Amino acid sequence: MHPADNPLVTHPHKKGPLRVLWSKARKAAEPLIDSSLALLPIVLVIAFFQLIVLRQPIPNMGQMLWGTLLVLFGLALFVRGLQMALFPIGEEMAYNFVRKGNLWWLLVFAFTLGFGTTVAEPALIAISEEAARIASAGQVIGNSAEAQSHYAISLRLTVALAVGIALVVGVFRILKGWPVQYLIIGGYFGVVVMTFFAPPEIIGIAYDSGGVTTSTVTVPLVAALGIGLAHTIHGRDPLIDGFGLIAFASLTPMIFVMAFGMLY
Amino acid sequence: MDDVVGFGQTLLTMLRDVLPIMAILFGFQILVLRRSIKNPAQVAMGMVFVLLGLTLFLEGLEMALFPIGRLMAQQLTAPEFIYDAETAVLGSVHWLDYLWVYVFAAAIGFATTVAEPALLAVAIKANQVSGGTITVRGLRYAVAMGVAAGVALGVFRIVTGTPLHWYIISGYVVVIIQTAFAPKPIIPLAYDSGGVTTSTVTVPLVAALGLGLAETIPGRSPLLDGFGLIAFASLFPIMGVMGYAQLVEWKARRLKRRNEQE
Repeated sequence: MHPADNPLVTHPHKKGPLRVLWSKARKAAEPLIDSSLALLPIVLVIAFFQLIVLRQPIPNMGQMLWGTLLVLFGLALFVRGLQMALFPIGEEMAYNFVRKGNLWWLLVFAFTLGFGTTVAEPALIAISEEAARIASAGQVIGNSAEAQSHYAISLRLTVALAVGIALVVGVFRILKGWPVQYLIIGGYFGVVVMTFFAPPEIIGIAYDSGGVTTSTVTVPLVAALGIGLAHTIHGRDPLIDGFGLIAFASLTPMIFVMAFGMLY
Repeated sequence: MDDVVGFGQTLLTMLRDVLPIMAILFGFQILVLRRSIKNPAQVAMGMVFVLLGLTLFLEGLEMALFPIGRLMAQQLTAPEFIYDAETAVLGSVHWLDYLWVYVFAAAIGFATTVAEPALLAVAIKANQVSGGTITVRGLRYAVAMGVAAGVALGVFRIVTGTPLHWYIISGYVVVIIQTAFAPKPIIPLAYDSGGVTTSTVTVPLVAALGLGLAETIPGRSPLLDGFGLIAFASLFPIMGVMGYAQLVEWKARRLKRRNEQE
């Protein structure tokens, strides 16, 4: 750490260029301090368990430090990028759609965004291949590679469809101003009812699929879209109506995957 | 050299992740809305920052923290650690023997969630929209506490081998009851926070923990019992955030009452 970046060292605040430089340095270091605070718990947890519980030395100190530095810079850069690109795009598009006044195009956009960002999501690809292996082991489908890959792709498309529909329902809710909790609790009932009819081996996958659908790039975009819509439409509150899109996107996949397990 | 190749691969994966999103956004912006993008240079630069930032972030985690975290999950769940070498042969397990595993599950759940970039993004937005009432740090800690409780309980479920759906359904009941009493403006944000917690940092470490447990405990199948931890990690933050809001409201009310009495 550069001495000027160290918040623990007090510098004499003289007037003139030194002070300007100091405040600039502090401003530049702020994102890095924020990301260090975000990363500190993981480092502490791992150090504690390694040194005190497992009583082992920490391997490859050099690589650890270098990697941690990359994580710090990466997170700071990501946050900067969020504010420069993802947030403004999401809000601007919401504004433009409302101005255009065409509901159908907005819903088509919501569906495409949900479907398109989910279908190629690496976490989803991994989980659907795992699910195909389970189904094959449980003799739900044949043992051939072809049957497995067909199952995996169908599952992926099912989840992507679920997220697409989730965003359509979520955007429609913002337009109408419906309270989010009735729809979500209704969805919970759907999950519970489906749980009793779905084959047992699909339940764990279905429950987990809700959590893996929303990627790090999609979340800020979708959040900004929802808030942008709530901002632009008269009578909507950004906090009450703007949030909730992500909640739909993590709920519908559970229902759809269980339905998939019953029908496939 | 390996670093460079690894970095290139991660960058390519990120690019493949982001390109369809960009195509959809700009496709609609140009073809349907027929508008050019405001500040194209700034947006392009921001996208490069997002891509590069996430790549560095994941590369760094893969270099420094993931390997040791995964190894730790395996070591903590290994029968040799839980029992002395001689008693490691057994037919049944007692849930209390896994005390360190629960502590680890809660600690790693908390720590990875605080570092989750998607949660950070939502927290920044929530802070802006609420006019500063919801703090970036407060929301993240509330969510992280929820994940900690959820992952610890999920690990307990794997150890005891009880059915997943009873836990999740009971969780729903708690969420519904909390919804009735929580301050209304927090509800959509609380529901959203369930979906953003499980992403790039949390899933690899938590999945390694679940898999390690399901492999080493007799009678558990890694294929069937390894799943479910992510479901816990997405349900409990909802309770965490609503609980936090209820606590803040309760404190404010108590303070107000005390001021009125004086």
